[in-house]
Amino acid sequence: MKTVLKTHKINKYFYEPERFQVLKGIDLSVQKGEFLSLVGKSGCGKSTLMYVLSTMDTDYEGDLEINETRLTGKKQNELAKFRNEHIGFIFQFHFLLPEFTALQNVMLPAMKLGKYSKAEVEERAYEKLRILGMHDQALKASSKLSGGQQQRVAIARALINDPTVIMGDEPTGNLDSYNTQVVFDILKQLTREFGQTIIAVTHDDEFAANTDRIVEMSDGSILS
Amino acid sequence: MLTFEIAKTHLLSKPKQTLVAMMGVTFGIGMFIAMVSLMTGLNNFTEELTMTSTPDIRIFNDITRERLSLAEEWNPEGINQVHHQKPKNETAKLRNAFQIASDIRTNPMVLGAAPQLSSQVFYNYGPVQLNGMIAGVDIMEEDKLFDLRAKIKSGRLEDLLSTPDGLIMGSGLARKLNVQVGDRVVITTPQGFTMSLRIVGVFQMGLGAIDNIKSYANISTVQNIMQKDRSYITEINIKLKDTHQAKPLAQEMEKVYGYRAEDWETANATMLTGVVVRNIMTYSVSITLLIVAGFGIYNILNMTIYNKMKDIAILKATGFASNDVREIFLIQSLVIGFLGSLLGLMVGFGLSYLISLAPFDGGEFISITQLPVNFSPTYYIIGIIFGVSTTAIAGYMPARKAGKIDPIEILRGV
Ligand SMILES: Nc1ncnc2c1ncn2[C@@H]1O[C@H](COP(=O)(O)OP(=O)(O)OP(=O)(O)O)[C@@H](O)[C@H]1O
Ligand SMILES: [Mg+2]
Repeated sequence: MKTVLKTHKINKYFYEPERFQVLKGIDLSVQKGEFLSLVGKSGCGKSTLMYVLSTMDTDYEGDLEINETRLTGKKQNELAKFRNEHIGFIFQFHFLLPEFTALQNVMLPAMKLGKYSKAEVEERAYEKLRILGMHDQALKASSKLSGGQQQRVAIARALINDPTVIMGDEPTGNLDSYNTQVVFDILKQLTREFGQTIIAVTHDDEFAANTDRIVEMSDGSILS
Repeated sequence: MLTFEIAKTHLLSKPKQTLVAMMGVTFGIGMFIAMVSLMTGLNNFTEELTMTSTPDIRIFNDITRERLSLAEEWNPEGINQVHHQKPKNETAKLRNAFQIASDIRTNPMVLGAAPQLSSQVFYNYGPVQLNGMIAGVDIMEEDKLFDLRAKIKSGRLEDLLSTPDGLIMGSGLARKLNVQVGDRVVITTPQGFTMSLRIVGVFQMGLGAIDNIKSYANISTVQNIMQKDRSYITEINIKLKDTHQAKPLAQEMEKVYGYRAEDWETANATMLTGVVVRNIMTYSVSITLLIVAGFGIYNILNMTIYNKMKDIAILKATGFASNDVREIFLIQSLVIGFLGSLLGLMVGFGLSYLISLAPFDGGEFISITQLPVNFSPTYYIIGIIFGVSTTAIAGYMPARKAGKIDPIEILRGV
């Protein structure tokens, strides 16, 4: 089994309103194709950890390695490029660009990557939308889609560059139980059929129970 | 280009806001073009008029020039105090004027040199006396210098040669005196000499300052009026092939002939100051308008960025770098600036065209029926450079701020 993501003794502090350690010596490694769920009480530091893992937050101590690339200490521009290629992020609040169509939203990160021509990117975007059952809504303005539909478009966007790892901060937190099930099934299918690695923060015990591994956090440390 | 596509989508999704921002620039540039076209049109017009009616160099005997007092001549080392020194009692006569003139004509840079003399006179119109002046000239040489033939309104230039007591009168003066070609007019010098002259032509330079006071006569006629001898000449007017050589050449002539040689720039210093003042006015008003437009763009872009915080966070989270985000917003302001300026050029052209059509009476000063408008493309190029650079500067600060937005702050905040 190949290790896709590895952290070594990650500490993080907040200084406002007073110095306070949010993350305490986080050691974590994630294998390729693993569906991992991150659980824990509210305020224990899950989101904070996700931002560190996703390279958006660089203000931490310790080491972060994804796909055998050490990311700690890299410049913002390099990290943006790395994120573009290797990390798909699914937010709790689906976050699409409202002026663009569903299809354009999915295409943007791929256009940024610039590995494929526009026609190829479009074709790939349709393919991802089809996996999520959204291809018939492709040309709709993203602001005109329902919450569940938007979340599925956001997942398609996270998939578009075939990232090394998909990270989700409560990717189903905003969905009803039916849509939660739909999204969960899709994520699960991605790990099974495409060997996709997924790390998802969740408060949903049933969701967590069905993933490959549960990592529980408490007060800034990993319990198990 | 991807950032351009995103910028385009942003602009098109808020067409009203985009249009308002553009109109600011359009207004600024449009006003600039209209103003600068009119101002430079006026400047060029008056400059040309003045240039056609003043010589490039004028040689004369400057009797009012400061000179050493006798005390200073005798006692150059000492401290001398001389109060209220009067000019020496000498005439304004240029010695050997005809010889100097023919000598000057041999210079290849010179187009023509016309010796002449002039006197203040009163033109009698019934009981009314109109103040004016009369210039005694070799009319053919004068024509070579100032293209008089083209400015004759009635009568003939040549008739002056065959009429010893002939007179070619400025159009404004003729109108005031209510005279025509063929009429006689009585003139009086300040010394009291009176003479009756016959009008053989009427000219119009287009400048009130000349047309309302000046007449041309033969040199001998004016010498008679002034009761001077046949060699009495007070000035030599010179036209050059290249006007810009006037200054150095004037200095040279001053040295060679020992008389004052004044170039046109010195003679028309007031007019040239007027040109500068008008230019300063035009540019300061235009720059003010553009700065206002720039603030408009700055505000709108700031607002856009504030509304698009979330979008910026998403773009950054999905791999767009600070540069890309900055570019997206900079492109928006540049597009607004470019299109706004382009539209401004059209508006400016339209305005200038309308101004050039509007009837305008120059009154006493200049004889024009429409305002002179300059349609030189230079100002259109300056306009678009102005417009685009203002918006670039106004857009740069908000765009940079957008590039610096930290995505986590926003993602966390929801
Ligand atoms: N910008 C910040 N400045 C200071 N403290 C912060 C900041 N962001 C988060 N915290 C604190 O850090 C701790 C961890 O926050 P975090 O958002 O990671 O929790 P979480 O586990 O994601 O909680 P939830 O399940 O409610 O989303 C909390 O106590 C929170 O108050
Ligand atoms: Mg959280």
